[in-house]
Amino acid sequence: MQPLGEGALLLECTPVDTLTNRLMLALADQVTALDLPGIEVALPAWSSLLVLFDPLCLTRTRLEAVLTALVREVEPAPARPARVVDIQVRYGGEDGPDLPEVAARLGLSEAEVIALHTSQIYRVMMIGFAPGFPYLGPLPAALDLPRRSTPRTAVPAGSVAIAAGMTGIYPDRLPGGWHLIGRTEAQMFDPLRDPPTLVVPGDGVRFNAEAQGRRGAEGGE
Amino acid sequence: MSGGPGLRVVTGGLLTTVQDQGRLGALRYGVPRGGAMDRFALFAANRLVGNAPDEAGLEILVSEVCFEVLQPSLLALTGAPIEASWNDAPLPLWTTILARPGDQIYLTGKRHGWGARSYLALAGGVEVPVVLGSRGTHLSGRFGGLAGRVLRSGDLVMLRQQPSDPLRRAGQPWPPAARPAYGARPRLRFTAGPHQRCFGATSIEALAQAELRVSDHANRMGYRLEGHTVELTRPCSLPSLGVLPGVIQVPPDGKPVLLMADAQPTGGYPIIGVVCAPDLDLAAQLLPGDSLQLQPIGEEEAIEARRDDARWKATPLEPDDTIAQLALAGG
Repeated sequence: MQPLGEGALLLECTPVDTLTNRLMLALADQVTALDLPGIEVALPAWSSLLVLFDPLCLTRTRLEAVLTALVREVEPAPARPARVVDIQVRYGGEDGPDLPEVAARLGLSEAEVIALHTSQIYRVMMIGFAPGFPYLGPLPAALDLPRRSTPRTAVPAGSVAIAAGMTGIYPDRLPGGWHLIGRTEAQMFDPLRDPPTLVVPGDGVRFNAEAQGRRGAEGGE
Repeated sequence: MSGGPGLRVVTGGLLTTVQDQGRLGALRYGVPRGGAMDRFALFAANRLVGNAPDEAGLEILVSEVCFEVLQPSLLALTGAPIEASWNDAPLPLWTTILARPGDQIYLTGKRHGWGARSYLALAGGVEVPVVLGSRGTHLSGRFGGLAGRVLRSGDLVMLRQQPSDPLRRAGQPWPPAARPAYGARPRLRFTAGPHQRCFGATSIEALAQAELRVSDHANRMGYRLEGHTVELTRPCSLPSLGVLPGVIQVPPDGKPVLLMADAQPTGGYPIIGVVCAPDLDLAAQLLPGDSLQLQPIGEEEAIEARRDDARWKATPLEPDDTIAQLALAGG
């Protein structure tokens, strides 16, 4: 547990895995439920928790004591997702321009990459990077690749991507360094919706490969 | 009840947006805190016109900007010491003025050595929908503020409510002694960050001695700084963690990045330090090419900086008779 400036405490945990993520999520909920004057917000990430506070209202020492007590008692959030959201994906082609290279580098066929990517339910570990961008994991080990050496300046909205043991969905046109393997029409973020994101941490996500018949009709090539 | 149209935008300038104190509640959805870059200046502008601190005003990046006043309005322009006029007379900055319908408020875009952002508050506040807990504009997300975009010629700035008792406050100046230490080459105080293991043993001292400048890669999300390369002792890849404005991240090339109001709420680069919250108001007044200093301080000093900030925000405001005449004159 370390200060991040005079008004924030950062709790970083290892290992970076699902259990740690479940603990961080539960801890964030408990910190929020404390409703302690001076605590501004608790922000859970994959394996860390950031608590913003007003140091003129609450001392760091006191907040540390409160968090330490919570850490000792906390039960991880449930492993089983409260709900599973299905995401339809068009893999490969123009929608997933990196699929051939990903398959080649992993020593798999494109169909095998798709089969692996759709083979399990992922956990939403966190939302970050941009409004509504979900970090999903863990990825099957056979799909593990580092980020692209040269990030793209613009990735199309809806792109489904993998990198560094994670998979994610670009909610908007954004710069990005992950490998693009497909694309979805799902609207990941809408500021006027409550909650504004299609999925929240702790949810499950299942990718389904969409039939690829439509592409020819759109005249993409 | 709506207060009707307050201003018409004649010239929108480079980057004029509706901002308030930002949104903390949507960080967990990946939405930046946002809000005014110079929170003090917006706070002061609001207080000068009798608004609550969370009311929205206009953030104006230094450039040629012109407004036409549409109803009798209490206004205050704070922030950068730019040249501004009210009809044909100079517009007093950091002062409440009473403007009349037809008056022109004109910002020339000329800066005097420093300054980047001005804040215009109107009594009654700026009326735009609250999105995710704030009226602030999130430009890249295209939401908040006026339709998620910058203000441009022809836009109407609507008032949220009819101001009460407008005459009472005209002529109030914000005392110069109760403002942050604005100026050229500001000294931004920072406390050490949590990832010192990633940096050389003398990295903080080296950063403190560096002649730093804001590079061309600078916007509301953050400033890439140039003039110094931080020594990274080993490749440091971190799982994405929560970050906040003020964080100084060090990407693999060693060029520090100071996160500002629209910074994404998570990041994966090691953090060498965190600029104390009040000094971000000084940073908000920097443009590409401007110099700055980073000064390491302890936690106690950073908290003291917050105490100063709170004290200045609560400073008593007294009408000044000479200024009052000026503030009612309107050229």
